[in-house]
Amino acid sequence: MADLTTPALPRRRRAALNPRVAIGGAGLLLLLGCAVLAPLLAPHDPLEQDLFSTLLPPSWLAGGDPAFPLGTDGLGRDVLSRLIYSTRVTVVVALVAATLAGMIGSLLGLVAGYAGRAADQALSRLIDVWMAFPPVLLSIVLAAVLGAGLGSVIAAIVVIDWTRFARVVRAETMVQARMDYVTVARSLGLPGPAILMREILPNLLPLILTLLAVEMGIAVIVEAILSFVGLSVAGDTATWGGMIAEGRQVIRQAWWVLAFPMGCLVLTIFAFTLFGDGLRAAIDPVRRR
Amino acid sequence: MIRGMLLSRLMLVLPTLFGVAVVVFVLLRVVPGDPIAMMIPPGASAADIDRLRALYGLDRSIAAQFGLWLSGVAGGDFGRSISLRQDVLGLVLGRLPATLELAGLAALAAVAAGAALALAGAYLRSTPGEWLIDAVVAVALGIPDFLWGLLFILVFAVLAPVLPVSGRIDPGMATGFSTNFYLIESIATGRWTVAGGLLRHAVLPAAALALPFAAIVARVLKASLAETEQQDYALMARARGFTRRRILLVEALPNAAIPTVALAGVQVTFLLGGTVLVERIFSYEGIGNMAIDAVINRDLPLIQGLVLTFALLFIALNLVVDIVVALLNPRLRRG
Repeated sequence: MADLTTPALPRRRRAALNPRVAIGGAGLLLLLGCAVLAPLLAPHDPLEQDLFSTLLPPSWLAGGDPAFPLGTDGLGRDVLSRLIYSTRVTVVVALVAATLAGMIGSLLGLVAGYAGRAADQALSRLIDVWMAFPPVLLSIVLAAVLGAGLGSVIAAIVVIDWTRFARVVRAETMVQARMDYVTVARSLGLPGPAILMREILPNLLPLILTLLAVEMGIAVIVEAILSFVGLSVAGDTATWGGMIAEGRQVIRQAWWVLAFPMGCLVLTIFAFTLFGDGLRAAIDPVRRR
Repeated sequence: MIRGMLLSRLMLVLPTLFGVAVVVFVLLRVVPGDPIAMMIPPGASAADIDRLRALYGLDRSIAAQFGLWLSGVAGGDFGRSISLRQDVLGLVLGRLPATLELAGLAALAAVAAGAALALAGAYLRSTPGEWLIDAVVAVALGIPDFLWGLLFILVFAVLAPVLPVSGRIDPGMATGFSTNFYLIESIATGRWTVAGGLLRHAVLPAAALALPFAAIVARVLKASLAETEQQDYALMARARGFTRRRILLVEALPNAAIPTVALAGVQVTFLLGGTVLVERIFSYEGIGNMAIDAVINRDLPLIQGLVLTFALLFIALNLVVDIVVALLNPRLRRG
């Protein structure tokens, strides 16, 4: 029944032509490239300590060493290499956490929007409870409960952010459920799950994809927050948030330890925001006009 | 209509709080770490440990612990903090004013700045001035509050150390207060040097919290101002020769404000949630900073008390915003 959905091709083309999607997407590809090619790009091992060259400034400043282009941190580790390796945690968290949150939230939203009043009430009350938590605090509590590790960070993000998808998908499912094509499908005798998955879900996919782009940006921020507080991946694995926390300690002696990971984080967030906003503008028929 | 909506919202407050309590309680009870293990001196006997465990009720089942805690809460007893060995309610109430003052200051600044930007943007429509304002708003919105905080620290601790970047007040000034609302009290009693000192400490964390919020206000209010300006009554006023400035301020602003207020409600809860990290970054002694310490110390009673406090604030704020929106909106007022 693909022909019942709105034409996909022009929409896709418009999304690709949108400059925000193009610029944001280029930034995200760069991020992905850094993560995949980290061993080739990084001049040093990100964990290699050189206690004779701690807190070296970037190479273009007085006292800098060309071997450490962006300087070194308090343990003499190369800032540039740590920045590059940090993208691995960032990319994994963004992809996995956002996808899982999107799947769980969308599924619950679909069911609540279609399965009738009882299911809807149950989900709405659950969302009320979730919305009453301060999200940052809840993620910190969760990460502490689950213990350090990439899996815990991802789980914490999924547990907090599934509601973003559930709320929007629930509302949109209700709109779709009243449309003629759903009535037709029902009168043809299709069972509820088949209507949801094969008829309604394809019409929601553009919306869900937009939410996914936004959620990936949020996941990156939450991971940075958790590693800043010291509750993300274990040990000395390089993360931007962890580097920021170290930089906060030595800020009066070495501003570059704080400034560079902050810059990376800000640029990444902007790339996700641009990409998501551009997608939304390209997909949303109201804003397209 | 308002009364019915209010009633149905009020009915949900207690179940929601109960849900929050259950979730947090169960979550914390599956913690692998033992909170008692952190407070016993080396060489304590097994009997001592058991006695401590019983003292904090940790030897019972989760359901029994929850029942005990809930009946305590109903009577105003939130238990004792394990790490600080003080009454949880007292600890929270002692720190809450600091957070409320910071969040209140940030919200006020954000609404004022956001409204000013929106009005200026609407007034300067289709000029370079509007593009500049749009760019400022996009940047303020794109960077989350804790990164603004760190950026301010970078600037004000390294480049231009003109403002304090840690603490709520200079230690020497923190005397002679009869409440913990230092800022409000010092203004009310005319202690201007103290108030000035408090404000100097609050400027940077408040600005970090305020920037994303101000940007949201500016963006939404500017859009609805543009829409309102096209309404018949605004065009009518224009045809009668009123200046644009007057139309924006007198005709458009009151009507355009309604969607902004509705949205600001949700955003204020984000701002309040943001205090957790921003207080940490600026070593500001509010409940957010306390909450992170409580989590790190696995101080279960204190975490529970603090999460419940935040939840109560979130729910109360949302309720207040709903009421304000209903009162502002003439379509909801009738009937």
